[in-house]
Amino acid sequence: MADNKKDDVTGVETTGHEWDGIRELNNPLPRWWLWLFYATIVYGLLYTIAYPAWPMVNRATGGLLGYSTRGEVAEEIARVEAQNAEVAAQLAAADLNTLDPSSPAHSYGIAGGAAVFRANCSQCHGAGAAGARGYPNLLDDDWLWGGDLNSIEYTVRHGIRNEADPDARYSQMPAFGEILSTGEIAAITEYVLEISGQEYDAGMADTGAELFADNCAACHGDDGTGDRMQGAPNLTDAIWLYGGDRDTITETIHDARFGVMPPWGPRLSDAEIKAVTLYVHGLGGGEAAPEEE
Amino acid sequence: MWEVLKIVLSGVVALLAAIAANWAHDLAYQVHALLVMLIAGGLCLYHIRHAGEPKADYGAAPADGYMDDVVRAGVIATTFWGVVGFLAGVFIALQLAFPELNFDWGQPYTNFGRLRPLHTSAVIFAFGGNALIMSSFYIVQRTSGARLFGGNLGWFVFWGYQLFIVLAATGYLLGATQSKEYAEPEWYVDIWLTIVWVAFLVAFLGTIVRRKEKHIYVANWFLLSFIITVAMLHLVNNLSIPVSIFGSKSVQVFAGVQDAMTQWWYGHNAVGFFLTAGFLGMMYYFVPKQAERPVYSYKLSIIHFWALIFLYIWAGPHHLHYTALPDWASTLGMVFSIILWMPSWGGMINGLMTLQGAWDKLRTDPIMRMLVISLAFYGMSTFEGPMMSIRAVNSLSHYTDWTIGHVHSGALGWNGMITFGALYFLTPRLWGREAMYSTSAINWHFWLATIGIVLYAASMWVTGIMEGLMWREVDAQGFLVNSFADTVDAKFPMYVVRALGGILYLSGGLIMVWNIWMTIRGKAPAKSAVATPAE
Repeated sequence: MADNKKDDVTGVETTGHEWDGIRELNNPLPRWWLWLFYATIVYGLLYTIAYPAWPMVNRATGGLLGYSTRGEVAEEIARVEAQNAEVAAQLAAADLNTLDPSSPAHSYGIAGGAAVFRANCSQCHGAGAAGARGYPNLLDDDWLWGGDLNSIEYTVRHGIRNEADPDARYSQMPAFGEILSTGEIAAITEYVLEISGQEYDAGMADTGAELFADNCAACHGDDGTGDRMQGAPNLTDAIWLYGGDRDTITETIHDARFGVMPPWGPRLSDAEIKAVTLYVHGLGGGEAAPEEE
Repeated sequence: MWEVLKIVLSGVVALLAAIAANWAHDLAYQVHALLVMLIAGGLCLYHIRHAGEPKADYGAAPADGYMDDVVRAGVIATTFWGVVGFLAGVFIALQLAFPELNFDWGQPYTNFGRLRPLHTSAVIFAFGGNALIMSSFYIVQRTSGARLFGGNLGWFVFWGYQLFIVLAATGYLLGATQSKEYAEPEWYVDIWLTIVWVAFLVAFLGTIVRRKEKHIYVANWFLLSFIITVAMLHLVNNLSIPVSIFGSKSVQVFAGVQDAMTQWWYGHNAVGFFLTAGFLGMMYYFVPKQAERPVYSYKLSIIHFWALIFLYIWAGPHHLHYTALPDWASTLGMVFSIILWMPSWGGMINGLMTLQGAWDKLRTDPIMRMLVISLAFYGMSTFEGPMMSIRAVNSLSHYTDWTIGHVHSGALGWNGMITFGALYFLTPRLWGREAMYSTSAINWHFWLATIGIVLYAASMWVTGIMEGLMWREVDAQGFLVNSFADTVDAKFPMYVVRALGGILYLSGGLIMVWNIWMTIRGKAPAKSAVATPAE
């Protein structure tokens, strides 16, 4: 290190400073680095001229391209809506019960309904519509409030037991824990196990049958097959919304259930509601419209 | 006089903390008050018992010698918190792949939502923060040729910072959070950190003022900009009003989009000044020392330093593209991010080119290899960042795992690797050993960590881009093709790969713990000669 101002290995001058043995070479800025730096600055300036950028006194510069992020989204939505306007209007105006399954409006409804379902319904009913505990399976033919097109459309539009829509489907099961004794609830449980074809205690079920007739039959029917007018489930099949074992049935009778679904009328367009109705109806359990309406 | 003051002060603090614990409105606050009460009470007792004794000669170093005890403690703390942070990361990665690991019996404490800030704070603030404090104390003393300023101030900074970490971490678990990403600690923890940080600034600046060298070395420019800017960011982003002085909850001063903008001004500059400028300060010392070569270009270091610190501060809005933030702010954030690309790369060029004439060390010296790969990851993520800030790219990448991958290639690759290199550089020097206990263990660490990062980053790129494409996928009629749950389901395999990457990285960290432990114990000196400079 004879010459303190020169690095032996590279032959480059140093700055002559030294800290804890660290020295600095006096290399120039790499050219490619400098030019790329300039290029990004030029790009940046041009970009701020083209797009909204510099804040002024009252508003920011709008940019030569007249671009805005909201405008971009609105444009894209408008383009899709214009493309689908005709068929969407047909669907919105159609009577679903008489809509020709081979018409473009019907195909559009099925495809659009699937998308509406994925974005809005799958959170509770599952991506495949198979439901979950407390959220009905929409693939089977067991319906709480009815499975024909009009019933499904009404349920989607107004929802169930919500406070937002006065026309929402409504019913409330009493919490029998406040009405009946523990023994009486246990007896009803055995009876429900009997009519749903599970193992039960015959002695208790006899008492339960009487109690059922007095307390439950008004909604669930004398034979326990339910009543769609009130959204009262059929208790004689193997389909359970909350569970059909002894403990869960006891809990349901004791505390009651109160499943809520929001109204989609305020959120979805007419065409979207009809589309998702067609989709859900077509999943497998859709029923024909009743003869007289 | 000074002794009496200490006794009175710690006694008063213990008493106030006891009152606060008694009137506490929530569990987190109560636990913290009890903790402070115990520490202050203990200090008070200690001072009473040792009153009148001749003053202990801390460090027993001559007044002009370096204060290295606190750096030694920093090495141990950095290593410890590193492993804690990696472990928390592996665990929450597994939680995302296997949600059962949230454990129903442990709710709400074992929930991902509470453990996630524990992980981010443990790695950024506990591991990264200790690495920064420790190495700035070491670097500023060595490059100024002066002892650390302020007597035991360094120790106050060290222990005060550890207390901050413990308060923050236990707070998250107990539910005290102000819900600002990377600024989760509540108001009283923020106030404490402010006090510690000011002490840090005083110790650092005081040492620079005392320096025997005429010029201030470039590493110290970066470290000083890091300390000052983090103080400013911390103060502004944490402006809040406590609901009660006996409770942890506080209300932010800013609301709505102003709050969001302040948060990401803070959030992005935490990356810019904590994880970039601060660590560049480390790089500018450890790379030339380990390579035993001069820094490549003094001019480049000046230009890229000023450009970096000027530009970084404006780049925050790119976190808020396509939100309620006005378009003009979003444009400026993007443009400044792109111009930031070259100033960021200036540090990489200066680091890599410093190896001119010493490239052969990459074959023999695993520490050098660690420092170089950290610069490579630095270069990658500082290219990726500006690219992701472009609005069109961001519309695909935002809210996806791509962001997570980007952050981790920076954190694991750049911050992690350079810290490992620094720890391997410092440990033998601080404990007077010839070299690290095992060179092959460093090699193992290097490869485990590198493969771990590659698995992590690659899986997150794949799953992030896939997720972004699935979210935006529409059919010919403009209908969405996938539900959100479909995208979650599709990500599962990549989540497993990511966790595997984390496990490899953690294993490397554990090997380092063993190696550092064996070096400190110093039973058997390393057999193979490593190319480390003799001091």
